[in-house]
Amino acid sequence: MNVEQFLYHEARLLDTGQLEAWLELFTEDATYWVPLEQNQKEPLETSSIIHDDRTLLELRVKQARHPRAHARQPLARTVHQVGNVMVEEEKKSEIKVNSTLQLIEFRNERQRVWGALVEHRLRRAGDSFRIAHKRVDLVNSEGELDGIAVLF
Amino acid sequence: MLGDATNERRNETVPALHDSRRPDSVLVNDWHVVAFSKDVEEGKLVATRLLGEELVLWRHDGRVHVWKDLCIHRGAQLSKGWVVDGTVVCPYHGWSYDRAGTLQAVPFASGYEKDKLPKGLKAVPRVSVYRGFIFASLADSGPGLEEFLGTAKASFDDFVDRAPGGELEVAGGVFKHAYNGNWKLMLENHLDGAHPAWVHASSVAVARGAPEPGKPGEEHYYDIAVRQMRQNGAPDSVWEAIGMWTTPHGHGYMGDYHDDSRLVTGLGNPVFDEYRGRLVARVGEKEADRILRVTLWNTIVYPSCSFMSQFRQLRIVHPVAVDRSVVTTYSFRMKDAPAQMFRDTVAFANVVNGTGSWVLTDDLEVYERLQRGLSSGAVDWVYIGRGHGRDVKEENGAARGATGTSEIYARAQHAAWLRYMSQ
Repeated sequence: MNVEQFLYHEARLLDTGQLEAWLELFTEDATYWVPLEQNQKEPLETSSIIHDDRTLLELRVKQARHPRAHARQPLARTVHQVGNVMVEEEKKSEIKVNSTLQLIEFRNERQRVWGALVEHRLRRAGDSFRIAHKRVDLVNSEGELDGIAVLF
Repeated sequence: MLGDATNERRNETVPALHDSRRPDSVLVNDWHVVAFSKDVEEGKLVATRLLGEELVLWRHDGRVHVWKDLCIHRGAQLSKGWVVDGTVVCPYHGWSYDRAGTLQAVPFASGYEKDKLPKGLKAVPRVSVYRGFIFASLADSGPGLEEFLGTAKASFDDFVDRAPGGELEVAGGVFKHAYNGNWKLMLENHLDGAHPAWVHASSVAVARGAPEPGKPGEEHYYDIAVRQMRQNGAPDSVWEAIGMWTTPHGHGYMGDYHDDSRLVTGLGNPVFDEYRGRLVARVGEKEADRILRVTLWNTIVYPSCSFMSQFRQLRIVHPVAVDRSVVTTYSFRMKDAPAQMFRDTVAFANVVNGTGSWVLTDDLEVYERLQRGLSSGAVDWVYIGRGHGRDVKEENGAARGATGTSEIYARAQHAAWLRYMSQ
């Protein structure tokens, strides 16, 4: 599987509600980061919309499945449109990939549109990859946003 | 009847009672936190918002001035301008104003009939500062800030006193979240000890399955938030035992809920020992003990501010329309506290109060359901009668709920609202 096909595969898992399979794409030491500020340098002394290590990401998926997860039951219907995929840096251990994301979500009679610059750091695993780091910079991260319950 | 055990549902749903261009008189008459003293530096213009109106703040010779954010010439936002020689300059045509808001320079002055020029800007009538929090009131008269705050002053004291350096600063970014619901719905939620077991059931469940908090030196980034989510699932007896106070102005605060042993960098943790040591160095052993024995949780300063002094978070609700509200969430760094304490504040904000968090998102979903339910017109009244008739009046003007889950906070908020609306 090439890098581009892998990112499409990841998007497809999210769009078909296969959250547990999506979670399995992440390495045990993975981080999943949606910064609050534009060009945010670090996640420990500045807040983030989402800043999860693998444990928190797993809890996030578990919460989404809880029957009383009011903001997540039912899950939003989504389309993750991945574009502009470019390998930024290829090392033996990791491949850094930049892409863009357009996400359409529909829930509670409301459609929302998101745009983001995305960075993946991928590690080879057999003929596929695993995600060691995913950073999603929403173009409107500093804006007034309704609650966010989708996964980017 | 308002202010009793019921609340007329129209308060939340009828646009006539909530025109964003002419805010409720309750809102206009009250004091609102509009900025933090440290953020308003000499020579700098700070834009803020109050009840749908844009404001500009600046400091001159130590004093803070708050004006409506528009130039009286053509209405451009002054906050986009600059300060020069003690005057604020509008970037559109260069009109400038001194600290009293009086018009100074007018380029192309010969083109105007001098006596017909407008005299000056619209200042916000009243501005007052308490412990570094800048409050403004759009009303010309009314109770002073300290009278308005009443016993809720203690919550601000607790907030600031906990800083070893005696000061707080806003840091770590500002969340701005919105929901399709009335502003009151948020305030009616923050002191409601009966909702977490239901609304937050899913985050309580996953937090219980999370790894145990690490020993000193082995803490996880998220321990502070996992502890809070677990605490949301505390047994009913815990919720009934907490203290719930209200004031005549509709403020409320919750106490005896968290103590510092429940914080991550809490009692028994070397970081907390270092923190306490620095506090002791400044205020002495006895005063440090007194400060740390105050265990206030959420405080609401009705009708727009809510904060957690121990966790150093403050939220302001901005009414946008009868069914739309925007909330700004600030984190605070305590001067001279160990760095880890601010990192805990940030982690807590992300996981509990953030726009994409486990906890807040469920609250927002419920506010929207409330708005939709109340908008149906099916009932004229909702019931806020838990603990009604058993409130305990205290000598200092506060009233205490018979139990921690008393709906006294909602009755106090609506009583304050009714009183202002009938003025």
